[in-house]
Amino acid sequence: MAPKRVVSRSTADSPSAVAAAASSSASTSKPAPVISPSAIAKKQSVVSTNAGFFSSLNGLWSSYLDTTPKNLKLLDSLQLFLMLTGIAQFVYCLTITNYPFNAFLGGFSATVGQFVLTASLRSQVNPANKEVFPTISPERAFADFVFGSLILHFFVYNYLG
Amino acid sequence: MVNYAYQPPGYSAATSATMSAFLRTIILCLIAAAAMASREFAVVRFESIIHEFDPWFNFRATRVLAKDGFYEFWNWFDPTAWYPLGRVVGGTLYPGLMVTSGLIWKALHTLSIPVDIREVCVQLAPLFSGLTAFATYLFAREVGNGASKEATGLWAALFIGIAPGYISRSVAGSYDNEAIAIFILMSTFYLWLKAVKTGSVAWGGVTALFYFYMVAAWGGYAFITNMLPLHVFVLLCMGRYTSRLYVAYSSFYAIGTLASMQVPFVGFLPLLTSEHMSSLGVFGLLQIVAFVQLVRSHIPAKQFKVLLRAALAVGALLAFGALWFMTKSGKIAPWTGRFYSLWDTGYARIHLPLVSSVSEHQPTAWPSFYFDLQFLVYLFPAGVYICFRELRDEHVFVIIYSVLASYFAGVMVRLMLTLTPVVCVSGAVAISSIFETYLDPVVPEPPTPVGAIVADTPISDAEALSTPSSKKGKKAASSGTSSPTPRKKRSFVPGIFGLDSRVAPLLAFTMMAGLFVLHCTWVTSTAYSSPSVVLASRNQDGSQNIIDDFREAYYWLRQNTKEDAKIMSWWDYGYQIAGFADRTTLVDNNTWNNTHIAMVGKTMSVSEEVAYPILRQHDVDYVLVIFGGLLGFSGDDINKFLWMVRISEGIWPEEVSEQKYFTSRGEYKVDGDATETMKNSLMYKMSYYRFAELYGGGPAQDRVRQQIIPNTPIQLDTLEEAFTSENWIVRIYAVKKEDPLGRDHKSANAFANGKRKKRVKTAGKKKRSSA
Repeated sequence: MAPKRVVSRSTADSPSAVAAAASSSASTSKPAPVISPSAIAKKQSVVSTNAGFFSSLNGLWSSYLDTTPKNLKLLDSLQLFLMLTGIAQFVYCLTITNYPFNAFLGGFSATVGQFVLTASLRSQVNPANKEVFPTISPERAFADFVFGSLILHFFVYNYLG
Repeated sequence: MVNYAYQPPGYSAATSATMSAFLRTIILCLIAAAAMASREFAVVRFESIIHEFDPWFNFRATRVLAKDGFYEFWNWFDPTAWYPLGRVVGGTLYPGLMVTSGLIWKALHTLSIPVDIREVCVQLAPLFSGLTAFATYLFAREVGNGASKEATGLWAALFIGIAPGYISRSVAGSYDNEAIAIFILMSTFYLWLKAVKTGSVAWGGVTALFYFYMVAAWGGYAFITNMLPLHVFVLLCMGRYTSRLYVAYSSFYAIGTLASMQVPFVGFLPLLTSEHMSSLGVFGLLQIVAFVQLVRSHIPAKQFKVLLRAALAVGALLAFGALWFMTKSGKIAPWTGRFYSLWDTGYARIHLPLVSSVSEHQPTAWPSFYFDLQFLVYLFPAGVYICFRELRDEHVFVIIYSVLASYFAGVMVRLMLTLTPVVCVSGAVAISSIFETYLDPVVPEPPTPVGAIVADTPISDAEALSTPSSKKGKKAASSGTSSPTPRKKRSFVPGIFGLDSRVAPLLAFTMMAGLFVLHCTWVTSTAYSSPSVVLASRNQDGSQNIIDDFREAYYWLRQNTKEDAKIMSWWDYGYQIAGFADRTTLVDNNTWNNTHIAMVGKTMSVSEEVAYPILRQHDVDYVLVIFGGLLGFSGDDINKFLWMVRISEGIWPEEVSEQKYFTSRGEYKVDGDATETMKNSLMYKMSYYRFAELYGGGPAQDRVRQQIIPNTPIQLDTLEEAFTSENWIVRIYAVKKEDPLGRDHKSANAFANGKRKKRVKTAGKKKRSSA
């Protein structure tokens, strides 16, 4: 589930800077003579939630970097890749053509299916989830993953062409 | 020291485990055998024959599969159905059934067992009902509580094995999709419960494979498509999200949906129609919930709240925009009519007379619940109640299933079939918990020694106390010479522990289970084992009389008509004509083209002069009607006639009007009071043509409608009677070709009969003498 975080983080830095700049400019210049106190308060509250939002994101990112084991990060990068591929296909279908619809369907379903299978594997091998999956060892989880992927791609194969 | 109400057999734990496993296997095999045997009534009474209507098509398709191979079957275009349109059979059927029996046939032949494909088809339903018993055993075992798990499974297997609600569609010869569908349904549900419990992709993947099999086998797969997401959704609402749920549903949906689109008849529907949208929606929801859970595990609650709020706002905006876009661009098809008729029982009658005309689409009459389920009907709520007590995930599933299926079974008779398994399972939960309670030999030790009210074991205690306040005090009192010493509070364990009070309910329920077996056997043998192609009646001396008019007439068609002859009949008989007589039909039970059916309905409803051009336009050579008036066979065409009128009125309201077929008092009559429109309709004429002559001037009574048919001879100009079966059930008329002299048939006929004698008297006489 990393991809969203990664994406949001990359956008996160720049707007926060922009917001800070905006807030500073608002506080220093004060060109408008008529600003009611309520408006000021509103603006401040917006700024503070903005700051809270981005600091939360930062906290999330650093916590993710600190606490996630390496193998999970590897899975996360696979998921990110799958998600980007899926989005690219979907955008292509929406904007250009869906002409070989079965081919699009095969490609898109493959990414979605592989994404959820990877997410399943990720949650099964996550040490934090040990008591949620008492019967599933990491080896079993990987075998399940392979089995599920085989079935999935067997059906995807039928959509080629 | 454990007190026992009776001495349990003193085996070691290992021995008793082995013994019970052995017994379980034996019992399951016996149940499967009983399930198969009770479905053989039809074969024993009549013969090994395919039943009813739809099975005939399935059988014909299977024959193509067995004879010509899979590719021929897959690409089969049938020009003899829906003349002149034809039917792309490979793309408009659920191939699961045919492929299953084709594989069995192939396997048997590989083993050098030369069995006919017909025998495989006839015996497929009993075979799969045995497997259903096994699948239900597995399912109910997951649902059962604690120590009575295995017992629950066995009871459920027993119930589903012989419950008439399921037998009604799976007797030998009833070669229809439902025959294998219930087995797949129960297997899919079992695998689903297993997937939810373990959270393993393997179980989820196998669930998806069985779902694929279900989609390939039966249109009722939509039940699973909506049942599983609903289960997930309810669990989410109950705050029971776990990663196991995510794994189970995501792997099932991703693989299952992709797989379901492999079936040509289903195609891309799972992406387009609203019936499938709920599963997609729950899939998306589950992704979001999983992501939110992951985020929450990484940051403190306060920051999480901020993030959640922002995400919710963006998400709501996106969802609204997507919905607006989809509706605007018409990407999501509206609900289909058959689906509407599930929610509004009046819908089909008004908008879809064709759907509503099928008898199995009628709302269920309440006695049929008891008829089909007997004492399970009142065990059912008890079982659902027991599910509420523990309310594990699988219990939630059973509860949702029972609510949905009860509703659907009330709306449509044929959906009784989906209700039966859950009734069997929750009935099994109830009865196994009863037996578990009363058979458990352990008598709990009361907290204080004086509190023991156990009746039969500790006599010494019994004299020390009295139990006037206890409900179960009778036994103690019976032993009691002891004087009642009133106490305000005694600690005792509530429960029923005396042997006699144990035996009473056990006996009662055993007896009811026995009666259930009797009832099931009786219902199966009397109500559900008739092939309906062959009828049976009892002679006065009690011997059986087989009425074989259908086959007689179909074989007449096969042997006496040209190979490319086109037969028109009401759509009910289309598959049978194609299967038995191998002739081209205009409409059949597939009912995909309402207009074409309405055209046949119109031809039957209007007068001869109007009908003849239509008949000629469609190259009809023979018209076949079913007439039960002589024998009292109530499923005949005159009784179905109003549906023909209604369906054709839907297309040609200005030419056909239902009102005109009723008398001024609003009655549907065929006797002297019948309206002119009725009497002139082709159906009336064909049914009663020369009927009165049978009675030689006496009152000609129609035994179905109990009315006297008028004596005036019916004149048919454009048709001539070609064949009438022994008991007059099937009547076949040949359509005359255009008159070679260019006259219309009425005048030609009149000429032939010498009616118009004014100028051509001699010619007419000559004709008659020569004829």
